[in-house]
Amino acid sequence: MHEMVQTLEETASTEVSQAAIEVADVDFCYGRSRALKDISLKVPKGEIIAFIGPSGCGKSTLLRCFNRMNDLVPGARVTKGEIHVNGVEIHQPGVDPVELRRRVGMVFQKSNPFPRTIYENVAYGPRLAGPVEKSDLDDVVEGALRGAALWDEVKDRLDESAFGLSGGQQQRLCIARTIAVKPEIVLMDEPCSALDPVATAKVEELILELKKDYTIVVVTHNMQQATRISDLTAFFYLGELVEFDRTSAIFTSPKRQETEDYVTGRFG
Amino acid sequence: MAQTNTAFATTGRSRKGEPFVWLTAAGLTIGVILTLGLLGLVVVKGLEVFWPARLVVLEVEPAEGSGQGTAAGTVAGYVVQERVRRDLAGKTHEEIQVFRGNRELHGEKFVFLDRADIAETRQPGDLLLVERLEGGHVIGRAGALELAGGERLEAGAAGFDERLEQLIEESAGRREELKRIEKDQIGRNAKRVKELNLEAKLAGSDAGVAAELAELREEFERLDGERGEIRERLEADHFVVESADGREIRLAGGELLHVFRPNEAGFLGRLGEMFRRGWTFLSSDPREANTEGGVYPAIFGTVVMTLVMSIFVTPFGVIAAIYLREYAKQGHLVRAVRISVNNLAGVPSIVFGVFGLAFFIYFVGGLVDDTFFPDAEEPVYKSGGILWASLTLALLTVPVVIVATEEALAAVPRGVREAALACGASKWQAIQRVVLPASLPGILTGVILAMARGAGEVAPLMLVGVVKSAPDLPIDGVAPFVHPERQFMHLGFHIYDLGFQSPDSEAAKPMVFATTLLLISIVVVMNLAAIVIRNRLRKKYATSSF
Ligand SMILES: Nc1ncnc2c1ncn2[C@@H]1O[C@H](COP(=O)(O)OP(=O)(O)OP(=O)(O)O)[C@@H](O)[C@H]1O
Ligand SMILES: [Mg+2]
Repeated sequence: MHEMVQTLEETASTEVSQAAIEVADVDFCYGRSRALKDISLKVPKGEIIAFIGPSGCGKSTLLRCFNRMNDLVPGARVTKGEIHVNGVEIHQPGVDPVELRRRVGMVFQKSNPFPRTIYENVAYGPRLAGPVEKSDLDDVVEGALRGAALWDEVKDRLDESAFGLSGGQQQRLCIARTIAVKPEIVLMDEPCSALDPVATAKVEELILELKKDYTIVVVTHNMQQATRISDLTAFFYLGELVEFDRTSAIFTSPKRQETEDYVTGRFG
Repeated sequence: MAQTNTAFATTGRSRKGEPFVWLTAAGLTIGVILTLGLLGLVVVKGLEVFWPARLVVLEVEPAEGSGQGTAAGTVAGYVVQERVRRDLAGKTHEEIQVFRGNRELHGEKFVFLDRADIAETRQPGDLLLVERLEGGHVIGRAGALELAGGERLEAGAAGFDERLEQLIEESAGRREELKRIEKDQIGRNAKRVKELNLEAKLAGSDAGVAAELAELREEFERLDGERGEIRERLEADHFVVESADGREIRLAGGELLHVFRPNEAGFLGRLGEMFRRGWTFLSSDPREANTEGGVYPAIFGTVVMTLVMSIFVTPFGVIAAIYLREYAKQGHLVRAVRISVNNLAGVPSIVFGVFGLAFFIYFVGGLVDDTFFPDAEEPVYKSGGILWASLTLALLTVPVVIVATEEALAAVPRGVREAALACGASKWQAIQRVVLPASLPGILTGVILAMARGAGEVAPLMLVGVVKSAPDLPIDGVAPFVHPERQFMHLGFHIYDLGFQSPDSEAAKPMVFATTLLLISIVVVMNLAAIVIRNRLRKKYATSSF
């Protein structure tokens, strides 16, 4: 497990320009059905990448491959190809998924705070590695909540249940919980799908803010959102990566007909 | 829809299935009525036991052909029940059953009287109801106090009542003292003598042992003397009661427990008496083959056994369920295990009793005895006891906890689990810090059900340690204070014993109701406590999202 950490760090420092995530020829199957076909793409460090595509095309599946969340689904596996995170193939035997997930955080579509206090929610990740000084933990929690633009709203009620927060606040709490672990990459699966426009704007602002420190992959169904926040956009269709390019290119001059149809809303 | 004039007139389809709604409602109603009826009966009958009834004096003059064969005379007592009897000739008789006590005079404490035979009914205020240690209640008028030293105080003389009260209090104190000497001091003495004798037998006697034995002998003589003195004192004073038919009963002072005048007492007085009786019932040991006195040892046994059972069953069931649900590979084997566990819940409880007897008592208890008490004369752990009973019931109720825990674990939303893992938690960390807390209310529901089931179970207990009378509680002031090997009393078994095994079934009947009421109350109280705890947890760990 420590080897893995070292390798991740070493590679990160030696090859600065290296991609954060590199996917090569990946096939993915749920039991018999093939959900991803021959996917190859590179996610550069420090950028925001948007995954778009119609429902069921495999965006979430690919996203969950990056932190091996699919290990939990019985019968689901990568059948071909390699996925490198910071240059390390994540399916090789020496890789501990628990360590991988500490470096590749994830925010889910439906906000899922723990049935605990706000403080406990954010402190959960940092505590996992071992006992932490109370004062250090307080700092980490405050930092994460500030990073998620939630601190001012909750600083007086840290000891209250997380379920007392509004939907938007809960989602930002989940983001705070994720960044409290200090990952290098943050995966977000439709983080705004359950939020109103004001909360959505806040989360988008937050994503742009986070870009300074993290590489972010975000799945979205909202074209405007993709154009507003992402540097690169990948368009998926029926388990295949149809087009991957600068966001501006995808939305203004797509090379493929399907992409154009989809982004202009003429799809299907 | 030719004849209807609105677009949404009913076609009758919406009423389809309505009879079934009625059927379900009727089913529920019947269930509720039956339950309430049972509870109502138990509550009314159970409380009635403690309510002091008025005493009546009945002049009986048997009419021709009443058939009951009651002799003419005066009967004093209280009415227990009324009934209608049909004799061989087909004539009906309205009868009352009267409790008249005074067993030494009449032999029977209860008597049936035909209403037609009763010439006169009175309620004199000065009738006494005397509770005594042995022989059941005495009903009559106060006669006199014959005190030690030949002093005699007639009823009605100044200070009679006070002197009587004083006598009762003194006797209670002396009985306490006697019990202390007998149980603690003489008991300790005897135990030590036994130890020394054994030592002498094994190692050969030496001077030290002999000296100590002589000392103990001396101490015993002294204690025995003290004991004899107190016994004499208890016999020294007498309270003379005149029964309704003019005979005298001499009660030794040491026998007296309580004297009450139900006909003089007002409502508050009777209420007070009711609480006194209730408290006596809860706090004192049983007497007279369980038909008199209280049920304190049985309450103690029931509560301790249920708690010990919960302490065993909870971790065991929860751990098993965690493995089954979270770690075991879900395949045929796990499914078979799950089905077996469910079936275990349906096995008749007596089977668990037999298993407990064979495995816990004979096998485990035998091993314990062989290893730790090789030279004990009687089996210590190789006989029924509260520990083995608790373990047997834990085994009996473990399926309940496993099933409830599994369901609670399965009900934790997947999102919460994934969130924990996405934070970098290992599987065990996710279970321990997120999944388990979230399923705690569900787990507690299982424990509550297990407790309710365990507290009401009787059959298996009869094989593994419950007895009708166990004066020594499993937890007491004698070192080592906790005696898990001791036999114990249990309310459920107490009900069975009173109802079906009692030598005096008429006298036991009210106790059956009172004990049933108590058992139900205890189960309800324990469940309520657990439910309150669960609701607290549920508030703390609620898993419902927005
Ligand atoms: N646990 C699973 N078991 C079996 N098949 C699955 C599972 N999860 C997803 N799939 C299938 O894999 C394909 C891709 O699903 P995925 O969830 O990745 O789509 P998506 O692009 O995220 O869609 P959406 O935009 O609706 O979230 C779908 O056809 C889906 O039915
Ligand atoms: Mg999805």
